[in-house]
Amino acid sequence: MSRRALAGALLVATALACGAPSAALAKFPVTIDAANGHVTIAKRPSRIVVLSPTNTETLFAIGAGRQVIAVDDQSNYPSSAPRTKLSSYKPNAEAVARYKPDLVITSTSSGKLIPALGKLHIPVLLEPSATHIGGAYAQMAQVGAATGHLGAARRLVARMKRQIGQLVASVPKGRQLSVYHEISPDFYSATSKTFIGRVYSLFGLRNIADKAAKAGNQYPQLSGEYVLASNPDIVVLSDTKCCKQSPATVKQRPGWSGLSAVSSGRVLAVNDDIASRWGPRIVDFVRIVARAVRAARA
Amino acid sequence: MSARRTTAVAIAAVAFLAAAVVAGVLVGPAGLPAGEVVQAFAAKVPFLGVRSPLGPTESTIVFDLRLPRVALGALVGAMLAVAGGAYQGVFRNPLADPYLLGIAAGAGFGATLVIAYGPAGSSTSMLLPAVAFAGGAGSVVVTYLVGRGTTSLILAGVTVAAFFTALETFIQQQRSESIRDIYAWLLGQLETSGWTEVAIVAPYALVAVVTLIAHRRLLDVLRLGDDEAAALGVDVGRVRLAVIVAATLGTAAAVAVSGLIGFVGIIVPHAIRLLVGGSYRVVLPLSIVVGAGFLVFADLLARTVLSPSELPIGVVTAFFGAPFFAVVLRTTRLVGT
Repeated sequence: MSRRALAGALLVATALACGAPSAALAKFPVTIDAANGHVTIAKRPSRIVVLSPTNTETLFAIGAGRQVIAVDDQSNYPSSAPRTKLSSYKPNAEAVARYKPDLVITSTSSGKLIPALGKLHIPVLLEPSATHIGGAYAQMAQVGAATGHLGAARRLVARMKRQIGQLVASVPKGRQLSVYHEISPDFYSATSKTFIGRVYSLFGLRNIADKAAKAGNQYPQLSGEYVLASNPDIVVLSDTKCCKQSPATVKQRPGWSGLSAVSSGRVLAVNDDIASRWGPRIVDFVRIVARAVRAARA
Repeated sequence: MSARRTTAVAIAAVAFLAAAVVAGVLVGPAGLPAGEVVQAFAAKVPFLGVRSPLGPTESTIVFDLRLPRVALGALVGAMLAVAGGAYQGVFRNPLADPYLLGIAAGAGFGATLVIAYGPAGSSTSMLLPAVAFAGGAGSVVVTYLVGRGTTSLILAGVTVAAFFTALETFIQQQRSESIRDIYAWLLGQLETSGWTEVAIVAPYALVAVVTLIAHRRLLDVLRLGDDEAAALGVDVGRVRLAVIVAATLGTAAAVAVSGLIGFVGIIVPHAIRLLVGGSYRVVLPLSIVVGAGFLVFADLLARTVLSPSELPIGVVTAFFGAPFFAVVLRTTRLVGT
């Protein structure tokens, strides 16, 4: 690492530690300690390619949207993001290089994208899916620092923390409730150790998937029988877009009309994207859950 | 078949490989003008006085991303095709392919282990090919120990493959979050970021190809049947072992860097048999050339059909290979293996 880069890294580190105003933070070069190691960004990037829907949302939320020249085919939010046919799942390095980016942000480390872009001297930040909300906040600060918007990123994180705190506080303590989070209609679910599962833990909900987390699988496939026997108080459908599930379709499933969540109308249909991305809109998801828990305990 | 026909097919095969390589280097998602790429190559030739019109980025794309990918495709394709041809000979079974003795399941199990439980970033490190190679070669050793001395080596292969597939599927169920990465590997890919993969495969492929070519006449004798071959003084067991070891090592190395690319090992040798007859003296060398060309061409489709995203090459080899093979099958008469 060059001395200039080192100085940049120290500056960011200090800034993060003592909360200096944002004007002092837009200093480059900056070194980011991303999941793919230390990445040095020489100057404020102006041609960013984002291959991660979550990070697209974050960049636009912190005012870095104008520096973004291309986003992947799944980055559907906000609608002003320059969506392309680039794949977030199997990106081709040549196709990415065609945009002549000065920064690439991706969430997947599979394939040869990162070493290939390394060959082309294009800095890449690997920002994999967060497993807890703190990790998501850290990621937002990181892409903020990388794009010259650390101040805005820190304000976004502070606002999210405040809003989530208020939402959690707005729900009265009460009887223990159980929740079933559905990722797909064949009963794939998420345990309390996943990013989305931790939202339920905020409200003290008991996650029925936790018992199925044998051998460390945090996204287990539950048996239909087990879901019925658990009789969850709240059912969250995050397969409304992918698989066209809704409170109405769920009611048609054999035996489901007898579930307390179904009979008392606590089947939540949420946008798959909001319930699977670790970005700024997680507040919207927390709000939906808070409303349901509040109603259930009222 | 006449010698003249064989010569004509050989020339066509070489032309096919050359065309595939040229197209593979000239075409890609970056959309560089073909003329400039040609000039860049000419610039590499000393005393020609040509200057490359490509900038450093474009130049890296051509020489460090595309060229090694084409080379890897050629190596892997040649290896799979010649191994398939040799397996068909040594087992006298037209359905034999390089994965017959459990390589695919063993390598898949190894790769799954690394992707699911390996340290972060290990799916792109050298750990994955090493473990996949060990899994692939190891499963064939198990198959050989289980089925040795009996006529049921193929059954042993099926058994070992079923067992490793079960383990692999179990891990995938346990680690459903890594299933996409595992799946991407299983379907095969020739993505490179330099010459590392080529360097890994090349020595194994070279030894395997030389060994198999050296045995091509003995494979012809084996076509007569084990007893007849033994009566002619051929040590059937030794020939079979040598061919299996060579084909296994080469295939395991190919699988380790490129995943499971199906169909090449079946259709290429058979297409050649249909065109020039069943003699291994001709089938094996031509399999090398045509297999290389076929996979380079398939990879060209894999990275351009869905451009800018990539299609798993295993899909391309089967989707375009199967109809092609059906046509060859319908228009020529079947020749015994």
